[in-house]
Amino acid sequence: MRVDGKGLVNRDKAVSFRFNGKSYSGFEGDTLASALLANDVRLVARSFKYHRPRGILTGGSEEPNALVTIGSGAGQEPNMRATVQEIFDGLDAHPQNAWPSLERDALGVNDLLSPFLSAGFYYKTFTWPKAFWEKLYEPIIRRAAGLGALSGDHNPDRYERAFAFCDVLVIGSGPAGLMAALTAAEAGADVILADEDSRMGGRLNAETHEVDGQAGPDWAASMLDRLAQMDNVRLMPRTTVTGAYDQGTYGALEKVGHHQPRRAALPLECFWRIVAKQAILCAGALERPIAFPNNDRPGIMTAGAVRTYLNRYGVAPGKSVTVFGNNDDAHRTARDLAAAGVNVAGVIDSRGDAQVEGDFPIYTGGQVIGTDGRLGLNEITVRHAGGQRTIRTDCLAMSGGWNPSVHLTCHMNGRPVWEPSILSFVPSDDAIPGLTPAGAAAGHMSTAACLTSGVESAKVALQALGLKVKTTNVPKAEDGTYAIAPLWYVEGKGRAWLDFQNDVTTKDIKLAAQENFRSVEHMKRYTTQGMATDQGKNSNLNALALLADVTGRGIPETGTTTFRPPYSPVSIAAMGQDAQGDGFAPQRFMTSHKASVARGAPMIEAGLWYRPSYFPAQGETTWRQSCDREVNMVRESVGICDVSTLGKIDIQGPDAGAFLDFVYCNMFSTLKVGRTRYGLMLREDGHVMDDGTTARLGEDHYVMTTTTAAAGQVMRHLEWVHQALRPELDVSFISVTEQWAQFAVAGPKSRDLLKALIEEEITDESWPFMACGPATVAGVAGRLFRISFSGEHAYEVAVPARYGDSLFRLLVAQAEALGGGAYGMEALNVLRIEKGFITHAEIHGRVTAFDIGMERMVSAKKDCIGKVMAARPGLVGDDREQLVGLKPVGNIKQLTAGAHLFEAEAEAIRVNSQGYTTSVGFSPTLGSYLGLGFLRNGRARHGETVRMVDHLRKIETLCEVCDPVFFDPDGGRVRG
Amino acid sequence: MVELIAKTPCDGLLPISLGAVTLTEVETGPITSISSLKGQKKAVSDALKAAYGTAFPAPSRTTAKDTARLIWSGRGQALMLGVAPQIKGAAVTDQSDAWCCVELAGAGVDDVLSRVTPIDTRAMKRGHTARTLVQHVSVVLTRTGKDRFEVMAMRSMATTLLHDLERAMSGVAARG
Amino acid sequence: MRLTCPICGERDRREFYYQGEAVMLERPAPDAGDAAWDAYLHLRDNAAGETQDLWCHEAGCGSWIKVTRNTVTHKVLKTELVAK
Repeated sequence: MRVDGKGLVNRDKAVSFRFNGKSYSGFEGDTLASALLANDVRLVARSFKYHRPRGILTGGSEEPNALVTIGSGAGQEPNMRATVQEIFDGLDAHPQNAWPSLERDALGVNDLLSPFLSAGFYYKTFTWPKAFWEKLYEPIIRRAAGLGALSGDHNPDRYERAFAFCDVLVIGSGPAGLMAALTAAEAGADVILADEDSRMGGRLNAETHEVDGQAGPDWAASMLDRLAQMDNVRLMPRTTVTGAYDQGTYGALEKVGHHQPRRAALPLECFWRIVAKQAILCAGALERPIAFPNNDRPGIMTAGAVRTYLNRYGVAPGKSVTVFGNNDDAHRTARDLAAAGVNVAGVIDSRGDAQVEGDFPIYTGGQVIGTDGRLGLNEITVRHAGGQRTIRTDCLAMSGGWNPSVHLTCHMNGRPVWEPSILSFVPSDDAIPGLTPAGAAAGHMSTAACLTSGVESAKVALQALGLKVKTTNVPKAEDGTYAIAPLWYVEGKGRAWLDFQNDVTTKDIKLAAQENFRSVEHMKRYTTQGMATDQGKNSNLNALALLADVTGRGIPETGTTTFRPPYSPVSIAAMGQDAQGDGFAPQRFMTSHKASVARGAPMIEAGLWYRPSYFPAQGETTWRQSCDREVNMVRESVGICDVSTLGKIDIQGPDAGAFLDFVYCNMFSTLKVGRTRYGLMLREDGHVMDDGTTARLGEDHYVMTTTTAAAGQVMRHLEWVHQALRPELDVSFISVTEQWAQFAVAGPKSRDLLKALIEEEITDESWPFMACGPATVAGVAGRLFRISFSGEHAYEVAVPARYGDSLFRLLVAQAEALGGGAYGMEALNVLRIEKGFITHAEIHGRVTAFDIGMERMVSAKKDCIGKVMAARPGLVGDDREQLVGLKPVGNIKQLTAGAHLFEAEAEAIRVNSQGYTTSVGFSPTLGSYLGLGFLRNGRARHGETVRMVDHLRKIETLCEVCDPVFFDPDGGRVRG
Repeated sequence: MVELIAKTPCDGLLPISLGAVTLTEVETGPITSISSLKGQKKAVSDALKAAYGTAFPAPSRTTAKDTARLIWSGRGQALMLGVAPQIKGAAVTDQSDAWCCVELAGAGVDDVLSRVTPIDTRAMKRGHTARTLVQHVSVVLTRTGKDRFEVMAMRSMATTLLHDLERAMSGVAARG
Repeated sequence: MRLTCPICGERDRREFYYQGEAVMLERPAPDAGDAAWDAYLHLRDNAAGETQDLWCHEAGCGSWIKVTRNTVTHKVLKTELVAK
């Protein structure tokens, strides 16, 4: 219910929203949790394992219970915390993990079965019969357990990522954060102040403290105004710094669209990578619950959360509130409630000597030992110095003390240190290089101490930055001592929850210890304590205090589990952001792309490039028809293929030849100007890296081609060789892949076609096989290479890329006039298989020059990359699988790539494998399937019959082993 | 005789305007990569200075005079835009058709770039340049004014570059 | 993770390609023998502590860089160009 005169919500602006199918009204500035509490809704969720009725435990991002699904359909967001979800007109929230309804949940039966569902139950219960685990038990357990669900549809929402840089990142905008930010900003530092909340100010907005004579929220607002007006300050509300990473990098999730109706282009979230020279952690502290019997009923909350709802949202979470704590801070809750006119039914303090002041019943030396109320609290049982009694109450505010939010300081292996004065852990020194914890996160528990600590931490950061401190005025504020005595759990009848989200009770911890999971990390895994989004925020310390007690150790000795990033959940969609659909990887388009698509060519990916698979002609219904026609076209007339995707590297300098001699296994310094040579490049370990032709355009000028797939790798390799191994060579190289559009013109009529386009005379004398040089192509300065990947009389013609589209269309039109046309990757593949030319299907990384029959290319006259190792035993010899051709000879005529080769009569099992196929295709030229593959000692086995077995596709084919060059072995066509 | 028709890398794709930021294609004129050969660094720089008024730029810097611009583009390498240089002592390669060049301009241009590039563009002054990434695309990124950048990327990736920049522009514009 | 390219300055890790330990810089002579080549190509210390490895500023200036860093603390102690 709302409390008049309290809260920072805008009472002039009503907001209507839906929860669990009903309409409610709240105010601008409300969270879903505060608005539900204002409407007296206490039951909001069911728990993970036992499906216990649950309410709202906290007032912040640490909330383990009140998880809801926002929206429905493809864009629904599961597991959103009601305590941070701001309401807006039209917000539609649904309970989750409950069926058929939140009030009557069928799986509530799990609660009755709890004696059988203790920690590790599934390891013990579902072990027999073994086969049942995967098929029966696991699916059932998975359906029963768990929280919200995704729709299963493609996520339609927009996400974003961004980078930010600053001198000082201040994490958290409470009193310490505000002072740190101001001190750093006034010294001239470039400051980012990030806070997970929509309203900055931290606990100042939730308490009744005064700062500098002003109400806390007013002081915070005035500080924020001041900061907002400074050019060197960026305020980032709704931004949770979720992780601390190397070299001052912080991950942060900004909620951009969660608090308003969806708009198409507006990102829902933005994942920031913030690079900060210095950081100040002012993340505050989180209050811990107390583990007493049945402490999980709706209406039982942390004491600080009750103050948050009262002071910030003007909501009393109950009509008659009790307070249970072990520290003085809890008393504030009772005082604030009483001052606001809310009935306080009692304050129970576990300390016998506690000093409690107020006009309400006080039970010192008291403990809550039981609670009642099926769907919400209505009664508690208290044992105290004077005996035992029950109290009617619909809200219990509990406080076991406060834990500094040390999480980020542990993200790089830092271990927090036990601080006995506050009964909690504080950050260790230098846990994150460049990060200084301040305020409550560093264990300072009064407002005054937090303000001072904020200034001091800023000084540390400024000193590291070499900046001078300008102001050090610390405003006045309360400076009370924080008195606390240990109380982690209360023994009694019934289960006492430690981890509300994962349904871990004190019994589970005891069981873990009893079964010898005594290490805190083992206990965590055995019980699921502190897993998932909780990451120990609410439950960690109580659990390890209990573990310490039952194992007879102290808390520092027991230690904590590891807090891992993210601090609070980050959706995968935000981290992945635009890396989906067209944003997944760059798309590289050739200049002929549009013309190819216009001709109906299906485009296939070749690395990042898109290349035409084939060009369907009228009447063709299968790719094979098109492919066969295109192959015949090249063999009989002329075909055009865009080969611009091959890597082209311009190499210049007096030592260019010497450099090429070192990176290629064969010689290039001896190549004549105006000629092209095939080259084979090895890795230093002796295996083949890449191949291609390199042309010598001038005395000191070459242009190398690489395969499409390896262009980037080769470029990096050349840089490596030059910078690291041969820096003395005077050579310079740069990629010109993108400068030139290059087209293969292949077939017996290729020269006829080019004669009409190229000004220079083209004869066998002026342009013999492997000649290259400048050529004027339709008036444009281009290049002509007489090289062939089809075995036909062929050329590659290159023009500056701006003319690529135009030249492709022209070449294809002219080829068609000669009975030819464009051909795609399928035909290109068949043409090269017919000729036994290799691609990366063959030189796949485990193949040597010897294996492909090119060992004689490794020049004896010089050293080169890979030469020494290529000769090493094991990389040469009869045992090697060597490149062979394969032709079907039995009844089955089909070959498939990736199949294994066996002796004709051998059983087709792994140990008998003699090799494998790498490339296959149907050759219309020879009327047969042809294959390339590797066969043990294959070169000596030409004529032998082997069996190809494709276990996956269930194909077995008898093949004749032959030379890999199936067509025109003398090479007459290429020269003719 | 037939005539070949020239097309720009962003043919038909630009301009795009979203919010306060506009993306347009830049006509750069000739682009030539220059990389000094051994021991020629100073001579090449002096020759460039004498012939075009533009010395060889320091890393991450540009030099310019009249229509000639020199943009540092990598280890020992710069791109000359606007004129095709005649220079001895250097590897000189025509790259006029290798790059697409776009201008991103308008208030909030740094916010747009912060969505796609992992460097601090706010720290770049006019005439500063960087080899870096726009999402997955390798670029030459140059600040040409207070709210103005030129982005150069490989020609074949023009579609992706524009896709990535447009997404970033729309996200920033939607925040208002 | 961030590395300082000696030419471009401090940059995000995504701009760099990782190669491996810096022993790759010490290419043996062709006749150095099996043991030397084996060590060069295959044997790595994989130290927990200070190591030197090679990175290429591939999405930047293209420089190959020798990085001295600590694999335990993740501190980057030194970066230098491979080409002097």
